[in-house]
Amino acid sequence: MTATAISSPVTLTPAARTARRTRFLHWVGVHSLAIAAALFFVLPFVFIFLTALMSDQQALTRDLWPDSWHWENLRTVWETPGFLTWWKNTLLYAGLGTALTLLSSIPVAYALARFKFRGRNVVLMLVIATMMLPPQVVIVPMYLFWAKQLHLSGTLWPLIIPMAFTDAFSVFLLRQFLLTIPKDYVDAAKVDGCGEFKALVRIVLPMAKPAIAAVALFQFFYCWNDYFGPQIYASENPAAWTLSYGLESFKGAHHTNWNLTMAATLLVMAPVIILFFFAQKAFIEGVTLTGVKG
Amino acid sequence: MTTLRQKHRRETARTLAFLSPWLIGVSVFFLYPLVSTVYFSFMKYDGFTPPTWTGLKNWQYVFTDYPFFWPALRNTLWLVVVMVTLRVLFGLGIGLLITKVKTGAGFFRTAFYLPYLAPPVAATMAFAFLLNPGTGPVNNILGSIGLPQPGWFNDPSWSKPALTMLALWGIGDLMVIFMASLLDVPQEQYEAASLDGAGAWQRFRFVTLPNISPIVLFAVVTGVIQTMQYYTQPLVAGKVASGVIGGAGQQFEPGYPEKSTLTLPQLVYHLGFQRFDTGGASVIALVLFALAMVFTVFLMRSMTERSAA
Repeated sequence: MTATAISSPVTLTPAARTARRTRFLHWVGVHSLAIAAALFFVLPFVFIFLTALMSDQQALTRDLWPDSWHWENLRTVWETPGFLTWWKNTLLYAGLGTALTLLSSIPVAYALARFKFRGRNVVLMLVIATMMLPPQVVIVPMYLFWAKQLHLSGTLWPLIIPMAFTDAFSVFLLRQFLLTIPKDYVDAAKVDGCGEFKALVRIVLPMAKPAIAAVALFQFFYCWNDYFGPQIYASENPAAWTLSYGLESFKGAHHTNWNLTMAATLLVMAPVIILFFFAQKAFIEGVTLTGVKG
Repeated sequence: MTTLRQKHRRETARTLAFLSPWLIGVSVFFLYPLVSTVYFSFMKYDGFTPPTWTGLKNWQYVFTDYPFFWPALRNTLWLVVVMVTLRVLFGLGIGLLITKVKTGAGFFRTAFYLPYLAPPVAATMAFAFLLNPGTGPVNNILGSIGLPQPGWFNDPSWSKPALTMLALWGIGDLMVIFMASLLDVPQEQYEAASLDGAGAWQRFRFVTLPNISPIVLFAVVTGVIQTMQYYTQPLVAGKVASGVIGGAGQQFEPGYPEKSTLTLPQLVYHLGFQRFDTGGASVIALVLFALAMVFTVFLMRSMTERSAA
């Protein structure tokens, strides 16, 4: 049997042939399932896109395919009064929020990963507890604090300022990563005369780049997506709205006209998706870091 | 001796310096408002006239007279049982599928992951359009192949299934976590099982599952905690489907249709910011806090067990 198989590689033994056929059927099965799943994930985007480019009249019908392509819908949305302000506000909230979160959270995460001190486990447990806390739990006193005492309602500052005092999720994720950096590196730097802070900036931060990138992305997305925060603090003042909050008013202004609403939806989704393509690796590493390396 | 004590003192000062942003943050934005919420739960306060003591009245009101409380709790239970379970099963299934795909793996991974990134408000509005009973593409397609066309976000018995579909669309986070843990399963164990004559199902049951069970538990518990925070999607879906949106002055009563999309976080907003009942909102906030903490403790336990093992 084996001899014939070796001497004539073209004619396969029946066993090898079945094995090959099973592998082929397996390939077909797996990829058919994958295509079906891909349809479920991708088709909503396709329908949003097609509807966003329909004429006003056609958007009221059950048609799936536009008769004519109305690219100007995107411009109409873009030029809607307020839309550009929401963009600026969102960028301010997400940009400044992310920068402050990194500045405040890195030293705390470093202390939790490196220093031995009494109460460290209590600190860590409080970090995890606040990470899991629904923001609504403390919103009543927080609103009274920002609105009645500091007179900052109608702005995004009540959402940005707390990020200068750490974000629990970022602290946790950074700590998980910093634990994996060997202590020897820091010790060597200290022997060379570096202080603890210098060692953090010079040695640890460059090594922690992937985790910092992941935290920055998560925080940026969190701010971009936040609906509850702007609803509480900014709803009274449209000049302070963000995209996520303002998007909803779009549907109100255009009633049943789905084309402009879907065009606005596309414009809110697009930046996040573009950012993802640029930073895909950092992002997926971050998700894995939170889940698996717990 | 003194030098040792000095060294110790210096180290304490250094630790405090590094922790200072967090110490301020946790005091001002967590501990103080938490204590304050407990205080307000015993006070009658509308935000304008000074608060007055009412004892347990707010608690009594929420548990016996507030018509939204029990429906919200029932919905939360439904979401925990159905949505969390389906998300874990679907996430595991998609994770398994992506580890088996040989051709076009990069394309499929991106396609499966992208919806997770769609901002919740945008994704919810998109689904409100896709599933709208009048002109939505989904009912359009269902109708053309002769299937029933549900009312989705406009029908109290279909609104939570519709939200579940939206949650399954954004499965990307779980997919990545499951994918990573599936790739971590030692290959030798599969080979050994195959040599013992194990079929595909037996390999999954006796090799894959035991290896990934900590991740399954992690996914279930974080799913439950996320359900406690479930706010934007049900609220926006209700608003869009009911047609009451936007503009100051227009008040939306959450839960459309017929309280079927109420969740606990929405009640904090409804009582505290629409009815100016600070006391009642504080009671709901504390119930929410207790529920979230029970599952967080559970999560921490399972995590420490995992790192100990």
